Amino acid sequence: MGDVIAMMFNTAVFAAALRMATPLIFAALGGIFSERSGVVNIALEGMMLTGAFTAMFVTYHTGMPWVGVLGAMLAGGLIGLIHAIFCVRYRANQVVTGTAINIFAGGLTVFLLRFFFGTAGTSPSVTTIPDITLPVLSSIPWIDRILGRQNPLVYLALVAVVVVHIVIYKTPWGLRLRAVGEHPRAADTVGVNVFKMRYISVVISGALAGLGGTYLSIAHLSRFSEGMTAGRGFIALAAVIFGKWTPLGALGACLFFGYADALQMRLQDIGIPTQFMNMLPYVLTMVALAGFIGRAVGPKASGEPYIKG
Amino acid sequence: MGKVLEMRAITKQFPRVLANDKVDFDLNHGEIHALVGENGSGKSTLMSILYGLYQKDGGEIIVRGQPVQITEPRQAIDLKIGMVFQHFMLIEPLTVAENIVLGSEIRKGPFLDHKRMVSEVERLSEEYGLKIDPNAKVADLSVGLQQRVEILKALYRGADILILDEPTAVLTPQEVEDLFEVLNTLKSKGTSIVFITHKIKEVLAVSDRVSVLRRGKKIGTKSTAETNEQELAEMMVGRVVLLRVEKGPAKPGREVLRLDGVTVKDQFGHVKVNNVSLTVRSGEVLGIAGVEGNGQSELVEAIAGLTKVAGGSIHLSNQDITGWSPLRVRRAGFGLVPEDRHRRGLVLDYSVADNLILGLHGSKPFVHNGLRSEKKIAEHAEELIRDYDIRPPVASQPARALSGGNQQKIVVAREFTQNPDLLICSQPTRGVDVGAIEFIHQQVIAQRDQGAAVLLVSAELDEVLSLSDRVAVMYNGEIVNVMPIEEVTEHKLGFLMLGGRPEEYDANEVSGSADQD
Ligand SMILES: Nc1ncnc2c1ncn2[C@@H]1O[C@H](COP(=O)(O)OP(=O)(O)OP(=O)(O)O)[C@@H](O)[C@H]1O
Ligand SMILES: [Mg+2]
Repeated sequence: MGDVIAMMFNTAVFAAALRMATPLIFAALGGIFSERSGVVNIALEGMMLTGAFTAMFVTYHTGMPWVGVLGAMLAGGLIGLIHAIFCVRYRANQVVTGTAINIFAGGLTVFLLRFFFGTAGTSPSVTTIPDITLPVLSSIPWIDRILGRQNPLVYLALVAVVVVHIVIYKTPWGLRLRAVGEHPRAADTVGVNVFKMRYISVVISGALAGLGGTYLSIAHLSRFSEGMTAGRGFIALAAVIFGKWTPLGALGACLFFGYADALQMRLQDIGIPTQFMNMLPYVLTMVALAGFIGRAVGPKASGEPYIKG
Repeated sequence: MGKVLEMRAITKQFPRVLANDKVDFDLNHGEIHALVGENGSGKSTLMSILYGLYQKDGGEIIVRGQPVQITEPRQAIDLKIGMVFQHFMLIEPLTVAENIVLGSEIRKGPFLDHKRMVSEVERLSEEYGLKIDPNAKVADLSVGLQQRVEILKALYRGADILILDEPTAVLTPQEVEDLFEVLNTLKSKGTSIVFITHKIKEVLAVSDRVSVLRRGKKIGTKSTAETNEQELAEMMVGRVVLLRVEKGPAKPGREVLRLDGVTVKDQFGHVKVNNVSLTVRSGEVLGIAGVEGNGQSELVEAIAGLTKVAGGSIHLSNQDITGWSPLRVRRAGFGLVPEDRHRRGLVLDYSVADNLILGLHGSKPFVHNGLRSEKKIAEHAEELIRDYDIRPPVASQPARALSGGNQQKIVVAREFTQNPDLLICSQPTRGVDVGAIEFIHQQVIAQRDQGAAVLLVSAELDEVLSLSDRVAVMYNGEIVNVMPIEEVTEHKLGFLMLGGRPEEYDANEVSGSADQD
């Protein structure tokens, strides 16, 4: 028992939690943009997977992981665009479209992996984004062991949370975003272009999810492997709901899920089944949706296509 | 003076209806122009065309002497046209200031200038006497205040042509007074106003001119000073309208509804209905007058089984129905015209025919061998559409496509044809045109005369006075007084509705009657 307690407060576990949370944070921020604009995005999983593959692929050919990051964001954004065209222009069912994208991305990445590398399962190893030491943080005791030395993407994720928070709550565009997902017709009557807002938001959503995927293939590991997102897109979506569609809330949820993940790896050693911890995000999401800790109410128009006139 | 707006020969064809048929409409500088007409006569459509929400199929629009094309709300806003919609266009989780500036935000660099947003709203609200807290969340505001936000939205965008689509339908009498004051202030500052309403009294009270639409056609425009209630009603409906209900004396029979010390609390534990005891007999109409929000809604919901009762008991035809499910209450002989037809009375996406059998959809003639009997459902719909003059008479249309008044007729038709022992009508004529009001009122009396016990809840004094046999006043969750209709005056009701005690009124009456006219 003492072991477990010690482990729970171990700085190494905290540092690992942050790393596990990073891909979730990017994808969850993406989910927030999409949902806030009124488009349900369960395609986060597929977008992450596409991002993970593209990052590896571009890095493999250029040798420059940051170019890989860019490529992953573009690829994710492209998938976002496809999602938006179906959901906004053709008013397709958003859950069905999202599911289709997930299946499509799963198949496509496997196909491309075999086509280009002739391998099944995993890609060759590529250059990764190396960890860096932050001068200020690394001189503060205790904090330094968690935040002092990490991957740049980890820091970027934390910065992104702040940026997204500011965009959503402090800018005119963010105000419109919140309006469009809540009551699109009202936004329309004051001259806000609902369709444009939704297109942009879903594309951003895809780019961010793609960025989340990047972390998996060229930072956390140095290769792409089939289905390597392993449900993280859905966990990110759970974090969006658990965090009540706010960037800070989602950050908290991602950190929590990341922590559970990090702890789980340690607890395995002392015989606590993994499955238990893996269930956690979903169980908590159901708890949140059921309203045990203050009701989680999403943007009202989320999931509904907007029809003018 | 001069015209700020001219609409010429505006035509709009919807898939099944010609909503506007070569309608001419104009607006003078600084006037209040009332636009009236039956439900579905095309008022909202005409104004939505002006605001760029609908595209006209014919005609032209001239704003301040210039012919214009308005295909987007943005263009209307740029032409300084503002519109307050029949169903508010507010984003509930956002603050008042955020709602007001949305789409035309005040910026500081790339950011919202929150301080100036708030001060701008404060300045406007000061200038026009529209008091409001800029930082309040819209969801927390009363309907009257939400409407203020809507008006401020238009003013913030510099509107000097302001359209208000049935602004009074959802307001309490006091709020209506306040609104009229605001409209007069606006008018004195040079704003030109289009004011849509169903209430002829309001037209006479506040407008300079009035235009009447009927079935998509413009019937005429009159100077308000040169017309009267009866003439306007006839122009609207196309026939002579009885503005007073004709009814014989009530013949009260057995006791149908009995409430003993009923108390209802809301989800936070606040008492909404406090120890109310009442009886309603068959063959009589008991009217409950009161400013909205004094517990009437909760009382009705408690009787209908939609809310838990915290104390006391409810008897329907000598059965204790306290705590019964809504369906069980209905089956015990209960009909309800709910105050909010969208939330409780209709499923907007269902067809008119299906809406006409809601609640009966599982019972006899409409179900045969466990399957829907489409023939019976269609026959039923046809019959009710005819009897209740629901327009357009198309049973297969979704209820959403009908105008507000016609939606209300669906609910009334469904509930009344059940011939329930107890009929509760909550704001039965809200948003309904004069012709339909006349009809619904006649039906209420017909139900009474067939032996139904009718409980009428209304914020309209006229309605309470003309239909009730006895009147109860509800204030702050309590029944203040129950009196036979002969003892009721409008003045006394108003006094009691605002929290006056019956004893005080009688005392004041004696001393104050000398200076009454
Ligand atoms: N979007 C729409 N699609 C089809 N028909 C419509 C639509 N909007 C309105 N109509 C029809 O056009 C006619 C005019 O409707 P409108 O809403 O303008 O009436 P209104 O005068 O405002 O009535 P009310 O007093 O009940 O609000 C009605 O018959 C209505 O059913
Ligand atoms: Mg209307």
